Amino acid sequence: MNQTVDYLAIAPEIVIVVTLLGVLSLDLFLPRQKKFWVATLAVAGTALAAVPLIFLAVDGSTRSMFDDSFVVDSFALALKGLLLVGAYIVLLMSVSYIESDRYWQGEYYLMILSSLLGSMVMASGRDLIVLFIGLELTTGPLYLLAGWRKGDIRSNEASLKYFILGVLSTAMMLFGMSLLFGITGVVGFSELAAVAGDYAAEPAMILAVLFLFVGFGFKVSAVPFHFWAPDTYEGAPTPVTAYLSVNSKIAGFIAMLVVLYLALPDLSDIWAPAIWALSALSMTLANLSALRQRNIVRLLAYSSIAQAGFMLVPFAAAAVADADLAEGFSATIIYIAIYALMNLGAFAVVIAGARATGSGDIDDWAGLGRYNPRLGLLAAIFFLSLAGIPPLAGWFAKFVMFRSVILTGGSGPIVLAIIAAVNTVVAFYYYARVVKAVWLDPVPDGVEVREQTAPAGSLSLALGLTTALTVIIGIFPAIATVFADASQVLTAAGG
Amino acid sequence: MEWFDTWGLPLIVFLPLVGALVLGLIPKEKEDAIKGTALLFSLVTFGLSLVAIGLFDFGADTYNTYQFEVNTRWIPAIDSNFHVGVDGISLPLLVLSCFVVLLSIIYSWDHWEEPRNPRAFLMLTLILLTGMNGTFVALDLVLFFIFFEVVLVPMYFMIGIWGDKAPRKIPGFSRIVETRLYAAIKFFLFTLFGSAFMLLGFLALYFRSGEFGARTFDIVELTDLGASGAFTGTFAFLVFFGLFLGFAVKVPMWPLHTWLPDAHTAAPTVGSVILAAILLKLGTYGFVRISLPILPNEAVRWAPVIAILAAIGIIYGSLACLAQTDMKRLIAFSSVGHMGFVMLGISTLTDVGINASIIGMVAHGLITGLLFFIAGSMAHRYHTREMARLGGQMKIMPIMGGILGFTAMASLGLPGLAGFWGEFMSLVSSYNPLDGLSLTVFRSAMVAGAIGTVLTAAYMLYMLQQVNFGEPGDEWVGHHFHDVDRYEMTAWVPLIIFTVVVGFYPNLIFGVTNDVVTSLVEMAFQGGSITAGLGG
Repeated sequence: MNQTVDYLAIAPEIVIVVTLLGVLSLDLFLPRQKKFWVATLAVAGTALAAVPLIFLAVDGSTRSMFDDSFVVDSFALALKGLLLVGAYIVLLMSVSYIESDRYWQGEYYLMILSSLLGSMVMASGRDLIVLFIGLELTTGPLYLLAGWRKGDIRSNEASLKYFILGVLSTAMMLFGMSLLFGITGVVGFSELAAVAGDYAAEPAMILAVLFLFVGFGFKVSAVPFHFWAPDTYEGAPTPVTAYLSVNSKIAGFIAMLVVLYLALPDLSDIWAPAIWALSALSMTLANLSALRQRNIVRLLAYSSIAQAGFMLVPFAAAAVADADLAEGFSATIIYIAIYALMNLGAFAVVIAGARATGSGDIDDWAGLGRYNPRLGLLAAIFFLSLAGIPPLAGWFAKFVMFRSVILTGGSGPIVLAIIAAVNTVVAFYYYARVVKAVWLDPVPDGVEVREQTAPAGSLSLALGLTTALTVIIGIFPAIATVFADASQVLTAAGG
Repeated sequence: MEWFDTWGLPLIVFLPLVGALVLGLIPKEKEDAIKGTALLFSLVTFGLSLVAIGLFDFGADTYNTYQFEVNTRWIPAIDSNFHVGVDGISLPLLVLSCFVVLLSIIYSWDHWEEPRNPRAFLMLTLILLTGMNGTFVALDLVLFFIFFEVVLVPMYFMIGIWGDKAPRKIPGFSRIVETRLYAAIKFFLFTLFGSAFMLLGFLALYFRSGEFGARTFDIVELTDLGASGAFTGTFAFLVFFGLFLGFAVKVPMWPLHTWLPDAHTAAPTVGSVILAAILLKLGTYGFVRISLPILPNEAVRWAPVIAILAAIGIIYGSLACLAQTDMKRLIAFSSVGHMGFVMLGISTLTDVGINASIIGMVAHGLITGLLFFIAGSMAHRYHTREMARLGGQMKIMPIMGGILGFTAMASLGLPGLAGFWGEFMSLVSSYNPLDGLSLTVFRSAMVAGAIGTVLTAAYMLYMLQQVNFGEPGDEWVGHHFHDVDRYEMTAWVPLIIFTVVVGFYPNLIFGVTNDVVTSLVEMAFQGGSITAGLGG
């Protein structure tokens, strides 16, 4: 038993914990008008956590603890980097948003940081228990955050729906995990991978995989387990929605993929058709629903469900064709990373745009480009990037997706590729609706164009960061392939 | 001039983009500075393209060798490089696109459609130029795809913001929308649909190339593989179909053409000009540069299909023109017919046919570009495009009427003007297509094309009769019309000159294209590998 703790390996998590405690205690002593120091500390702490992360990445060695249940390899580091960047941008978006509400600032940052901590632990988790704890720590605080606007009935509804379905999915997932443990007697991914194949014919095993699958399906809000998402997204405060649709979604995705890829590759006969269907349904149904949305946050909610379908395409294609999963896995990871950046940008635009227009209805955004061209340009960049139009980052995500499917070949993957191709066109239509409202529609009569103030400094920084990344990755996509390289480590480990 | 070998093409491609960024920095109010900067950048880009002609080695033109080549790493993870170069096929089109954009910027100096905003409009124009030039010089499939798509966004905004604001009832929808909104999204969705499948085709080629060495997106390497008969069977059939969808939408070929009349009619004048003169050529160029050389066997298999669709396009386009009441829409439909001739030439897979298609592209760019300029200027003066209301233009605005008459003659293929060669040679080549292609199909297509030329003459003369001749309508009596102004003159005269020059001396184009086209046909369709393909 190797129980020594490698403190350097968990230094990023330690920094987050210290920040979290700092936020908690600072909040106790600060008078109300000085609460912004809490926000500053949270933002600074998140940025600081990147320092040991970069050190570890430069160092490059794989560190493993607690009988290999907690592993810090380049894959975990890449994900943690992404999660940190995501949380950092969400925090930047939150500052002015939460400040304008003037209540419970301290707790807000505490919750976000706890959730971030959970997702970072999850990224390193290499057995079912660590994974489960990480995932629950990620979602737990979000139930509260979704209901942050206490006075708003829709926020309450958001929180309640999310909570009930979240708990249900946790129960299912846990049930699946316990069956898995009951059958095999092990919880570590590599041990599971070694023995799971022997029980492939066991009915309880099939049940275990399906329960796990349904649990994860809820977490990533894939069709047909998506019903909570649009309501929750719409009701929750917008920065929280951004966090839900990016960080929490990444966490759920990684958990699902890592379990399937590392622990249960030999059972792909059971889960491959399911994940294929999940991908095809998510893309198609969410896109069709998105066509009918009038509220921009609901639109992004459906868009994120559809994007989840696109993300799964490479992995599902590889699984269903019984091909090497590594290629599909790394394509999915690239997609997730790029999606995270552009979706955060889109939400930052939504926050700024809602303030500029005073509304979340797409029709009310009409003519935004006329009276606020800078914001209009950003809206065009992020929504076109989500649609996958070059030279913005989204094209590369779509490209690696198609590339990986064609590489796999075979009828199942090709059909999925054609579904994805048609959906790309459908998706463009609703993303373009936002662009159309902003640039093509005239400013509606009777709307007096308010004096446009520049968004708060922190929000501008968030917008600037996401824009820069979206454009630069679009032109030099080689940057995004670090995620693919990082995921190769797992191939060796899971092989 | 050694610097040009490495910097020439990247500059021609990216200088307009730099120009667009510079325009972004100039305050919106300084319109003269904005126009001047845009003009400067497009002038320099055009100048560079002339330098390319000057330095181009016309002697050493065998297919699949490129000049001013640049090849550097871009996305190593997917083996995609920044690889650009020109040969005799792409050079005329590259120059044409720089030329037309330069003239468009001159024309737009004093012609702004609502809601004006010259800065945004010129930025979009320059970004378009980057996309178009990039497509013509790209020698890497991923790069080609990127530039092919980049073009969509500025054109979408051009149509959507400055386009036709007339309300319109769309069949199948209850709401009445402005034409520009409908046309813009239709244009984008059609092209996106095609290019999604084109991308799947590119990826399939990429992976299949891995069976013969390292995987590659490089057009040069893929062409070599294609010539050696690497891509065959159902695989190649499907890939060709994917590429066909992507290019045929862009050309556009019947029955994928329905976006064109809407987009061209709704677009602002400069948008229509660039759409017709350059954007359509991206599709035909794709056929010549990618589909034919890389998948020669499939080109042979698909040739009759393309020929039939092209013939239908010619007849259909001409008949549709005869039914139009809107002058701009008539010109738009005429593109369907003219591009049909270009596709017919390509489908014969002979050197005569492909030469015809390239001169056809250039001529269509010059002539239809000019027609759209004139239609725009006329609409600007009359505030209507209904031909029934126009008339007697020779009396109201003799110069405008004269230029319109000249251009219409050029468009109907009058010998001695540029339009003649493309149509004539395309018909000649379809009498005698590549050995092994069905003579029945191609000669029927030729007959259809010949009927098409008559119909073309009919609708062009019909348009002239309605617009130019007769007495001005009562509603125009007492109006003072300003005949062609100096910006219009500056933009149009070069087009007129080139139409005449190319008409009298087609060798200007053939001299550039002939060697490389002959070499392409030899390499792709007369080598040893192809005979096997012809049997099946």
